[in-house]
Amino acid sequence: MRDLICSVLADHARLKSDASELGDEDDLYQLGLTSHASVNVMLALEEAFDVEFPNELLRKSTFQSIANMAAALRELGAEVPAR
Amino acid sequence: MIGAEAPALSLADRARAVSQVAAAAAEAVDRAARFPAEAFDEARQGRLLSALIPSGLGGEGASFADVADSVRIIAHGCASSGLIYAMHQIQVACLVRHGDNDVLRDALRRVCDEQLLLASATSEVNVGGDVRTSVCAVEPAETGFTLQKAAPVISYGEQADAVLATARRTPDSPPSDQVLVYLPAGPDLTLERSGEWDTLGFRGTCSLGFRLQGRGQPDQILTSAYGDISAQTMLPVSHILWASVWLGLAESAAAKAHTYLRAAARKSPDRPLAAARRTAELSASLQELRGLIRAAVALFTAHEHDGDALGSVSFAISMNSLKVSASTLVVDIVAAAMGICGMSGYRHDSPFTLGRHLRDAYGAALMINNDRILDNTAQLLLVSKEI
Repeated sequence: MRDLICSVLADHARLKSDASELGDEDDLYQLGLTSHASVNVMLALEEAFDVEFPNELLRKSTFQSIANMAAALRELGAEVPAR
Repeated sequence: MIGAEAPALSLADRARAVSQVAAAAAEAVDRAARFPAEAFDEARQGRLLSALIPSGLGGEGASFADVADSVRIIAHGCASSGLIYAMHQIQVACLVRHGDNDVLRDALRRVCDEQLLLASATSEVNVGGDVRTSVCAVEPAETGFTLQKAAPVISYGEQADAVLATARRTPDSPPSDQVLVYLPAGPDLTLERSGEWDTLGFRGTCSLGFRLQGRGQPDQILTSAYGDISAQTMLPVSHILWASVWLGLAESAAAKAHTYLRAAARKSPDRPLAAARRTAELSASLQELRGLIRAAVALFTAHEHDGDALGSVSFAISMNSLKVSASTLVVDIVAAAMGICGMSGYRHDSPFTLGRHLRDAYGAALMINNDRILDNTAQLLLVSKEI
């Protein structure tokens, strides 16, 4: 799951640092994640994991770190799709 | 110190006194594009600048709804005065809701004691109008910090007693990682004029460009991320208070049309007047605008202390939509009033003149451009699961 999140971040988050070097708890907003980019991250996560983020998870904190995204995705029952 | 007891007159009554003074000066302010000093002398006298500040700090702890109404009342007399007063209250709201240290609480006490006027430096040269992006940064200095910002606009910057400016958190921070910095006027703040303000409307706001140079201590920096301050306070309070300015402006134009209609009806009571139906339509638009603001105030007030609700997608969409709808309605209403008053509204030398109203009204859709807001709403709708 982590790898797929990182690949979504690499494609859509437009961070200052390389997505592969991110720590699970790093604050992505402090690394340059904009609200515009976070929308694209969410859409890409929905596509990659075949889930829908319900409105109550559409908070800034949900996309603040890899750990938060992983927790939200697990809450949604996301599974890593077979490649 | 002017005294901390609750003023004897209601906030609305004191706003009406300001509105009268502002109305008497409105034409001169508009013509010269000068600051409405007499209106703000009256506002200070009535302690309006600290209305929103809790009584524990020396203010009167007025409700957000009452402050929005005081904005409407002042804008009825002079829209520039109303807008300046609104922008001041937006800065006060940011400090009241997010200023969580002694330095910032002292700043609020000073606003009460000395009736300070607060201005905002959120826009910046080279960011394309996106206030959620900064180029400048808070730079650590030997003692405290320094900040330099090229501000294309600081409304009433030359008259302000303090400025709240956005900047990147550190020189290494990305453009979106912003903080809000409190910079009181004095030896530690220099505003060097870099642009003029000669516009169609809202001429009294004196929204000149400046090169800002400030320095200060770390506690002048609000601890919350500006992104949160923006979502929870700056965005909703701005849109509601700006819309309240437009309502005051619209009501002022509508009042002229209504007076004009009644005078015409008295002259020919038997003849049906086309202007009567136009006025009925105008009245419906006015009701629509009032309803939009009332609903937005109720929504914000209901979630005032719930950061998650205020940060939600649906709340941001509501506030964006208020801005777009209200700024469109105000133009419709003023134009309708002009249609009702006819040549009397078109002339400068008539009591029904509506030139300033029309010029001011057109600013509403352009200041924080509606296209930018609609694009933002469009983005939010991509993630929202309901509409």
